[in-house]
Amino acid sequence: MEKTQEAVLEGIYQKCTANGDNIITALQQIQNEFGYVPEESVYWYADRTNIPASRFYGVITFYAQFHLHPRGKNIITVCQGTVCHVKGASRIISKIREDLKLKEDQSTTKDMQFTLETVNCVGACSIAPVVIVNDKVFGKQAPAKITQNLKAYKE
Amino acid sequence: MNSEITVNVCLGTGGIAAGSEMVMEEFRKEFETAGVKNAKFGDRCKIHKVGCRGFCARDVLVDVSVGDKTWTYQYIQPEMVKRIVKDHVLGRQPITEWLVGDDYHTFHDNQKKVILGDLGKIDPESIEEYVAVAGYTAARKALTQMTPAEIIETMKKSGLRGRGGAGFPTGLKWSFCAANESDDRYIICNADEGDPGAFMDRSVVEGNPHAVLEGMIIGAYAIGATHGYVYIRAEYPLAVNRLNMALEQAKEKGFLGKKLFGTSFDFDIKVKLGAGAFVCGEETALIASIEGERGMPRAKPPFPANKGLWGKPTIINNVETLANIPAIINRGAEWFASIGSEKSKGTKVIALTGKIRNTGLIEIPMGTPLKDIIFNIGGGIEGDKLFKAVQTGGPSGGCIPQQHIDLPVDYEGLKSVGSMMGSGGMVVLDETDCMVNISKFFLEFTQAESCGKCVPCRIGTKRLLEILTRITEGNGRKGDIELLQELAEDVRDSSLCGLGMSAPNPVLSTLKYFRHEYEAHINQKKCPAKVCNKLLTFFIREDMCVGCGMCAKACSVAAITGEKKKPHHIDSSLCIKCGSCFDACKFSAVLKE
Repeated sequence: MEKTQEAVLEGIYQKCTANGDNIITALQQIQNEFGYVPEESVYWYADRTNIPASRFYGVITFYAQFHLHPRGKNIITVCQGTVCHVKGASRIISKIREDLKLKEDQSTTKDMQFTLETVNCVGACSIAPVVIVNDKVFGKQAPAKITQNLKAYKE
Repeated sequence: MNSEITVNVCLGTGGIAAGSEMVMEEFRKEFETAGVKNAKFGDRCKIHKVGCRGFCARDVLVDVSVGDKTWTYQYIQPEMVKRIVKDHVLGRQPITEWLVGDDYHTFHDNQKKVILGDLGKIDPESIEEYVAVAGYTAARKALTQMTPAEIIETMKKSGLRGRGGAGFPTGLKWSFCAANESDDRYIICNADEGDPGAFMDRSVVEGNPHAVLEGMIIGAYAIGATHGYVYIRAEYPLAVNRLNMALEQAKEKGFLGKKLFGTSFDFDIKVKLGAGAFVCGEETALIASIEGERGMPRAKPPFPANKGLWGKPTIINNVETLANIPAIINRGAEWFASIGSEKSKGTKVIALTGKIRNTGLIEIPMGTPLKDIIFNIGGGIEGDKLFKAVQTGGPSGGCIPQQHIDLPVDYEGLKSVGSMMGSGGMVVLDETDCMVNISKFFLEFTQAESCGKCVPCRIGTKRLLEILTRITEGNGRKGDIELLQELAEDVRDSSLCGLGMSAPNPVLSTLKYFRHEYEAHINQKKCPAKVCNKLLTFFIREDMCVGCGMCAKACSVAAITGEKKKPHHIDSSLCIKCGSCFDACKFSAVLKE
């Protein structure tokens, strides 16, 4: 592991120990730094805290928020709430998959430009179906519309 | 708020998504260029951000107040601001065609706002504005003039029940916790709102975070807790921000920390971010999550009120429950008990969504008939389609059909028809929604969110989903309905926690009221609502087709052929029934049957 990465992890460790934070908080901070939870960071942290790595993995794989693989530059999040569902969220997902040429078990494009994710509900049901790209919320989407909106993010 | 002109802009998540930040920025710019700033801005003219005001379908909503008169504009976009400033603010001529209509008032007049009253009026980021509407007076009164036992007695008398779903009496819960001998106790605010289609708690935290904190202070004092936690979804960044801001402000003012209101009572609150697990809304799973573990529930008893966080007596209350508490302390238990129905007191905040005209956040007295909510407040079904059902309680609830449209909305009423209050999400479905598909949608959700600890839920939801999937794909078998019914009942009766116990509700209620739709899928291999693609045949109506070729372009298996500007044709032997052509056609020429 690189020295700079270790320094970042040490910083997180110091801060979390001082605050008495649990491993969920520590993992959230690691993910904030790296964009995902790198495998080597789990082992580094497990050594540092003397907590078995399996406990970290138990938590990481339990919660939807944690990612074990690097994610793309742009994160596309499609809301899968009830209202978005009845207003056609699944058709939007297939369209995005088609546009980004994602295979069935794939969520990130090869060039690391996009990652497609879903969320249970963002609670913006009045403008369903909703797609969030990074921090921008796109309401009342349709398959054709989302293709148009994603163009702006393509390099 | 003594300035002569005030512009209120909704800055809740709904408003922001509709562009309210840009609208507000535009007002700021226009005021500057119009010279309002130099002459009057800040003194006589003020831009004011407020929380969710309910009628999200009309966002962005803007209030312009001149003196003591207020006009409300709907569907405002940034480019419209210039004219509002020029004509209305400067010229004193309201732009009538952009104002809200009568239905805006019908929407609001049929509600009773206890919790949402201050949302949409006060700036959620300012503690001064909360204090100006009698904020923190209830906490002061509770801590300085009442004993913990008196507070608990008041809660019991008020009849307040938990707004998170199960509806357990709050006062009773508090008394269980207070009765324990313990050196430490905890109070937790459950803001892990996970039901799809529900956004009540988010809106309350975003629009009036101090009311929740005040409720927690009163609750903590009543049960003798010195530490509190707010467990909130990380997917709600705005709510988390405003909550943190409110905590800072409350600490500065001395409403949190040591020796509150000059008494010997100490109390502080920490924020814990949820990491995206629906099951963490369950009390014991939530506690495990705060302790840094996998959020898996455990068997009860012992109940958290006796043995909870770190093994100490713990009270977990929902956001809306806590937001009710200051009002009950200030206005009295009798006042609160006078609202609502016999066994369900007070009001309920409901996220009214789906195929309905007036989507939004509403608050109604408990016991209001379903019909009034959907057809008066909600304005009826979108696009004049036929009402089919209303889904309440999220993945734990059920679908209520037309025949129960007069049902009073309270805990008992909803339960009696096989649904539940849940956290208060209400999704209206119309004739174009397939009930088997809805049932499958919720099972997909609960199956994915099942923590896997107990067998009935882990395997039962998986099997239920498999059966539903094959029914919607045209592979339903004879006997599937009976199998679904039996398995759903088993999962309900034998699961460990509320997730598993309620997960079969969507299946059971749709089986009860919409059995014919299941039968059509299984026996005739037809989807009456034309939703389940695998059961449909796609074809092109020659008289409607202009031959633009959009459908052929969208088809990933090249099943559509035709010459340019001539009607196209779908080869059904190649068609994979993905529905892309249906979406692509701008002339409604693609039909499904």
